[in-house]
Amino acid sequence: MNLKTLVWRELAERPSAMLTSTLTILLGVTALVAIRHVTVFSEREVGQQLQSLGANVLVLPKDATLQDYYSADLTERTLPESHVASILLENLPGVERLSPKLCVSAKVANRDVTLTGILPQSEFQAKAAWQSVSLFSNKHEGCKKAACGPKTYDAAPESLASERTIDQLKDNEAIIGADVAEFSALKPGQTVELFGEKLQVLAVLPRTGTVDDSRVFAHLHTVQRLTNAGEVVNAIEVMGCCEDAAGGLVPKLAELLPDAKVVTISQVVSTQVGINRLMSQMSLFVLGILVIVGGASVASTISSNVRERRREVGTLMALGATPSLVTRMFLLKAWTLGIVGAVGGSVLGLIVAMVLGAHWAGVTVKPLPGLIALSIGAALVITTLAALWPARSAAKLDPCCCFQEV
Amino acid sequence: MFHLQDITKVYRRRQEEVVAFKAASLDIGLGEYVAVVGPSGSGKTTLLSMLGGMLSPDTGKVWFEGESLYDLPVTARTQRRRERIGFVFQTFNLVPYLTALENVQVPLFLHGVSKSEQRDRAVALLEQVGLGNRVEHKPSELSTGQQQRVALARTLANNPRLILADEPTGNLDPDSREAVLSMFDNFVREGRTIVMVTHDPGAAARASRRLCLNDGMLVMPEESRTTKAA
Ligand SMILES: Nc1ncnc2c1ncn2[C@@H]1O[C@H](COP(=O)(O)OP(=O)(O)O)[C@@H](O)[C@H]1O
Ligand SMILES: [Mg+2]
Repeated sequence: MNLKTLVWRELAERPSAMLTSTLTILLGVTALVAIRHVTVFSEREVGQQLQSLGANVLVLPKDATLQDYYSADLTERTLPESHVASILLENLPGVERLSPKLCVSAKVANRDVTLTGILPQSEFQAKAAWQSVSLFSNKHEGCKKAACGPKTYDAAPESLASERTIDQLKDNEAIIGADVAEFSALKPGQTVELFGEKLQVLAVLPRTGTVDDSRVFAHLHTVQRLTNAGEVVNAIEVMGCCEDAAGGLVPKLAELLPDAKVVTISQVVSTQVGINRLMSQMSLFVLGILVIVGGASVASTISSNVRERRREVGTLMALGATPSLVTRMFLLKAWTLGIVGAVGGSVLGLIVAMVLGAHWAGVTVKPLPGLIALSIGAALVITTLAALWPARSAAKLDPCCCFQEV
Repeated sequence: MFHLQDITKVYRRRQEEVVAFKAASLDIGLGEYVAVVGPSGSGKTTLLSMLGGMLSPDTGKVWFEGESLYDLPVTARTQRRRERIGFVFQTFNLVPYLTALENVQVPLFLHGVSKSEQRDRAVALLEQVGLGNRVEHKPSELSTGQQQRVALARTLANNPRLILADEPTGNLDPDSREAVLSMFDNFVREGRTIVMVTHDPGAAARASRRLCLNDGMLVMPEESRTTKAA
């Protein structure tokens, strides 16, 4: 026999007495854990999207939508390739790299892939030298990035996956995404046939989990030639040296290219950022509900339990229980229901987040131990504070009530 | 064992004052078997509570084995009760959701006895009161007589030198009543002390001394002092 068994025996005998407040805590923690998990992973996803594209500005055809850009399905609408040179010659402050793209549908091993034409950075160097422009050396005002300006590019073609630009790519070379490599069983050094022409596979990109996995990258001019598209592109990605640069670049680019649509990536994700902010506020609201409703429920459960057990408390005191032991006994009851509610709520909340996160927000949710620990901690602090007053009132009960007849 | 000095205990309720207990002086010696008798509401339970360190008097002092009980801090008073006093209640006051064994373990646990020793001693005590085959029963599964015997085992758990009993036979059938009273006889025979509130003349007759209460006052306390025939 110890305090734990004493409390357990009572709760086991009549679990229904504590059910309501346990459920209240459980539901509160469920909502908190679920909303926070979805928010955190949704924010991460936005962050990743932003990062994967750098502090980017997109130059798109006037009537193109961002969805078109994302689905890499821009064959209908194009921009003249000469825009790339215009931007280059303007030498706008904060521009670090340019990446024009032309995407077309193609077939590899009888499967649909997106053939994306890109321009290797070496061609910009050449063009810049020819135009006697110092390439991308113009710092924008207040640039926080130390090394703004020309970068030493990683020569490995695989860097395309993370850097989104490539240093060298010959006319007859292609780089394939991980999915394409998998279903076509192509390896570097082999050739892939596209529009009747054989291109040599230069590299297979590491898996990124994005549409890039099912792309075949080739030289922009090769794609233009093979598809008879002319000197056009679907989009020009402009990489600013930092986040601040992007905002300043938009009006300048819009002025420079009146027939194009200029947007920042943060605009692309702004809806999701808004939803995330709403969910953050929602989780604060849920925490408030948990504190008020959960706390009140625990307080009332424990006080009514104290009232119900008056004679028993008196008897325990007659048998030699100190007031502090009586307090601890009722706090332990509160903690038991708090722990059951918090742990149950965490598990349920996690399940809800994993199911609904995938369904509603399209994010993959994984358990965040820190967040779960924090929620359980918060629930326990709430139950403790709520139970403190009734538990101490139990210690002040008159032990003489043990003599009362029932 | 006890020395009560200028004790008054008054309950106030809506301007109305009830003198629950009043005594200029009262001594209870070691090894005495005291029966407290009197009509309902005469202050018997009040007296018992004050002796047990659970109710502080408005005036006066309760000396228990040389210490003024109500000048001790609550924890010390609780400790005296835990180590030296056993209570017997009219309605047994067993914890309903604990088994007989666990009920007997409660005072041992409060005393800080280790788990295995708690068990061994509780089993021995239950065997002593003839309930060795009922250890896993809950109070609701026991007859009233058996419940009172579990309560007695619990009372004896910490080997008290004093028993304070409030109408211990009030709810019992004749056999169980006899079992309780003969256990009390044994307890006193070992030189220990009992103060028992009772309405039962037969029980009172077995005590070595009788205290009569009326409206909170002791009536002819010394007159009723008898020496039990050997
Ligand atoms: N907690 C209390 N509040 C007010 N009055 C009380 C309280 N306890 C006892 N009394 C009063 O004190 C008197 C003595 O009570 P008690 O000692 O319980 O009597 P007995 O046990 O002899 O029946 C009674 O008049 C009773 O009404
Ligand atoms: Mg009484």
